[in-house]
Amino acid sequence: MESAVKVERVFKNFQSGKTQIEALKDISFEVGRGELFGLIGPDGAGKTTLFRILTTLMIANKGNAWVDGLEVVSDYKEIRKRVGYMPGKFSLYQDLTVEENLSFFATLFGTTLEENYELVKDIYVQIEPFKKRRAGALSGGMKQKLALSCALIHRPSVLFLDEPTTGVDAVSRQEFWELLRKLQHQGITIVVSTPYMDEASLCDRVALMQDGRIMDIDTPKGITQKFSKPLWAVGAADMYSLMNDLRSDERVDTCYPFGQYHHITFAEVNQEVQGIEKSLVDKGHTNLSIQKIEPTIEDCFMELMNQ
Amino acid sequence: MSNAAAISVSDLTKQFGDFTAVDAITFEVQQGEIFGFLGANGAGKTTAMRMLCGLSLPTSGKANVAGFDLYKESEKIKKNIGYMSQKFSLYEDLTIRENNRFYGGIYGLTDQQIKEKTQFMLKHLHLESQADTLVKALPLGWKQKLSFSVSMIHDPKIVFLDEPTGGVDPITRREFWTMIYEAAHRGTTVFVTTHYMDEAEYCDRVSIMVDGRIEALDTPAALTKQYNAKGMAEVFVQLARKAKRSDN
Amino acid sequence: MKQFFYFIRKEFYHLLRDRRTLFILFGMPVTQILIFGFALTNEVKNSRIAILDNSKDEATTAIIHQLEASRYFDIVENLNSYAELEPTFQKGQIRLAVVFPEKFQSSLLHTNAAPIQLIADATDPNVANTLTNYASAIIMDYQNSMKETQDFPYTISTELRMLYNPQLKGSYNFVPGVMAMVLMLVGAMMTSISIVREKELGTMEIILVSPIVPIRVIVAKMVPYLLLSMVNIASILLLSVYALDVPINGSLTLLVFECFLFTLTALALGLLISSISDSQQVAMLVSLMGLFLPTIMFSGFMFPIENMPIPLQVISNFVPAKWFYYIVKDVMIKGTGLETVWKETLILLGMLIVLLTISIKKFKVRLE
Repeated sequence: MESAVKVERVFKNFQSGKTQIEALKDISFEVGRGELFGLIGPDGAGKTTLFRILTTLMIANKGNAWVDGLEVVSDYKEIRKRVGYMPGKFSLYQDLTVEENLSFFATLFGTTLEENYELVKDIYVQIEPFKKRRAGALSGGMKQKLALSCALIHRPSVLFLDEPTTGVDAVSRQEFWELLRKLQHQGITIVVSTPYMDEASLCDRVALMQDGRIMDIDTPKGITQKFSKPLWAVGAADMYSLMNDLRSDERVDTCYPFGQYHHITFAEVNQEVQGIEKSLVDKGHTNLSIQKIEPTIEDCFMELMNQ
Repeated sequence: MSNAAAISVSDLTKQFGDFTAVDAITFEVQQGEIFGFLGANGAGKTTAMRMLCGLSLPTSGKANVAGFDLYKESEKIKKNIGYMSQKFSLYEDLTIRENNRFYGGIYGLTDQQIKEKTQFMLKHLHLESQADTLVKALPLGWKQKLSFSVSMIHDPKIVFLDEPTGGVDPITRREFWTMIYEAAHRGTTVFVTTHYMDEAEYCDRVSIMVDGRIEALDTPAALTKQYNAKGMAEVFVQLARKAKRSDN
Repeated sequence: MKQFFYFIRKEFYHLLRDRRTLFILFGMPVTQILIFGFALTNEVKNSRIAILDNSKDEATTAIIHQLEASRYFDIVENLNSYAELEPTFQKGQIRLAVVFPEKFQSSLLHTNAAPIQLIADATDPNVANTLTNYASAIIMDYQNSMKETQDFPYTISTELRMLYNPQLKGSYNFVPGVMAMVLMLVGAMMTSISIVREKELGTMEIILVSPIVPIRVIVAKMVPYLLLSMVNIASILLLSVYALDVPINGSLTLLVFECFLFTLTALALGLLISSISDSQQVAMLVSLMGLFLPTIMFSGFMFPIENMPIPLQVISNFVPAKWFYYIVKDVMIKGTGLETVWKETLILLGMLIVLLTISIKKFKVRLE
């Protein structure tokens, strides 16, 4: 089978008290071998549930899924030998040392650190100075790297990482993605989930998830190219009243704050920007700047949410 | 009085034994400002924020919050500030109304005031129909917005937000920040910490703590220019890489 | 002031909305009062006794009649010879034997004195004491009633023999009880907590998504607590023998085997509890309420089971600790062998097999 992961019309519901929660609604996608695939979406989008179905920890109510060519329900034992899994909160044994954690997970999969050292070397050298320290005493970034090593130690064919960068500082996040890229070169298929939209651009392809559905799947560039209208960045001295003025202007379709600029789209695709500019100046705005910009994944995500 | 800083801090220090968590920081926050307080884990920003909220006494240095002295008038400070964090905000097993009554009562509001504020809050958030729903049944985004409103129930002069947005979708996050904008517009000073570097760009000014000291303090525009960066994320990474503490 | 009241009100909300805690706060005291009030009593009623009547004359019959009429005693065996006494006690069927010598009435008539032997099973010294006191009282009563019709006072002397525990040491009774408690606690509670902790940490997910066969995970979780329990048994036995002077009259091998069996049962229970608990707190609560408490109440070491109302006696049959306590007392104190306790051992073994089967089946190979 060509794909490393294949999901076909999967549905999953949960019972919470008296209500039914539809965690996954008609999910379908494929991940090619050796791809770095991102599942981008906020809490509650269904990412963790999807991961649990793919790692054979849960069974979908409807639909099918295959990992490494094997069916997730009937072949679960074989799949469990071949995948690597890093659940959220980097589940490590806090009271075991770095060394002990690694050797435990290695033995669990019938291998040793030495056997697959090449694979984890890049990560291991960063945590090696702390190998006798208890996992509970490590910083967030270090725990992250240790958890990754433990998930990799048996040379899985597919690696599932559930929100590995959440709650970790910006520097460690960057380093982590660099590590993932290097792993990709070793031929491992990596499926990562993250709530950080900016990390989407680091993947080969991404699926944007919201509320149990996939809104779009494409390369990061492909997604941004699908943004339906021209996007403008508007800045002024008083950002708050700028936002109010823009939102109350009929010619403006959407206006979202993006920090130093507001990103706006117009109701009419070929709206002339000078008209808008003039009315803003008339309202007393100073330091005004308007420029056309390329949409980011976040802009696309929000547009898809509004559809 | 109207020109007095909302928060003014001078050589504020906190030591735990040999370890200096906060090393003589000095800065001011103006009234109605949205002030971003950033720093890596372990850089000292949580400790600093605790001191400003009156939750921990400094080892040395001076500070004035909402016009009151940190050492001598900490009780008055608490009456004039609001606090919200991602880890805890509202009681999940109480309804919206009950949460309001509790917090309102703590801050000494009359029943009438509480009623009015609750009404206003619910209308503003379009949550009137959920007034008597248990908080735990609400989606994360609404919980966050509610927590923010409740933290402001007593109209504090300053509101401290500790990593207030986490895990919500980008639209909800922006709705939250719009609420912050509105509060600042009405004159409330907002002191916020966050892990989302793009959110730092919503602030009027940002400070970045490294190894217990403030290494940068300016508007986002000035900082990105100074560090030749495309955004606050890059500025932060540049500064954080220099850190000797916390990570590794 | 208002602050204060609002705070109190909030606390009430929390309390009233936590059903589980409410159950414990209100349900527990009510249940305990009822149980302690009606079921658990140190009072002895309907105790099973045997009579060895070597005279079979008017006097003995009259006394036996009195004994039978009393609500304290239930005459279940009429023995025919001294030789039958030991085995009957060994089998644990009676707590007390009343032995009349030959020619009881004629001794009374001619010498104005006659002895009656009261032999009690003193493995539970409190009960033994109570029973011998009751019996003596009844015999005294008879003696006094005879005075009215005769000129010369009769003296019926009672000779007491406390079997197995002549010094009436309390420790003979509670050592087996403590063993049951400790094994149940360590085995069940700690095993269940250990498994649930993995679930809480999230490491259970990683373990499941690995080639290891779940049965090996289960066994690996149990082994440390099995060993720990055996160490505990060793220390309890050592202390009992050397510090408390409690004997090990029966075979040590058999005793250790029975402890091993009971420990495995406790571990299986721990496994079962872990599959129905999703947090360590719940596991602990269920272990304490559902296992530990019944072990104390229904094993028979604090409150004799035969004095409980029938429904509770039936319940006690389902408590593994009851059988274990009985076995240990027999083997340790009475010094009996497998021939006497084989039935109880089989019952314990049966419970173990059933529990293991259920708990292994219930062990979730997936997260739901």
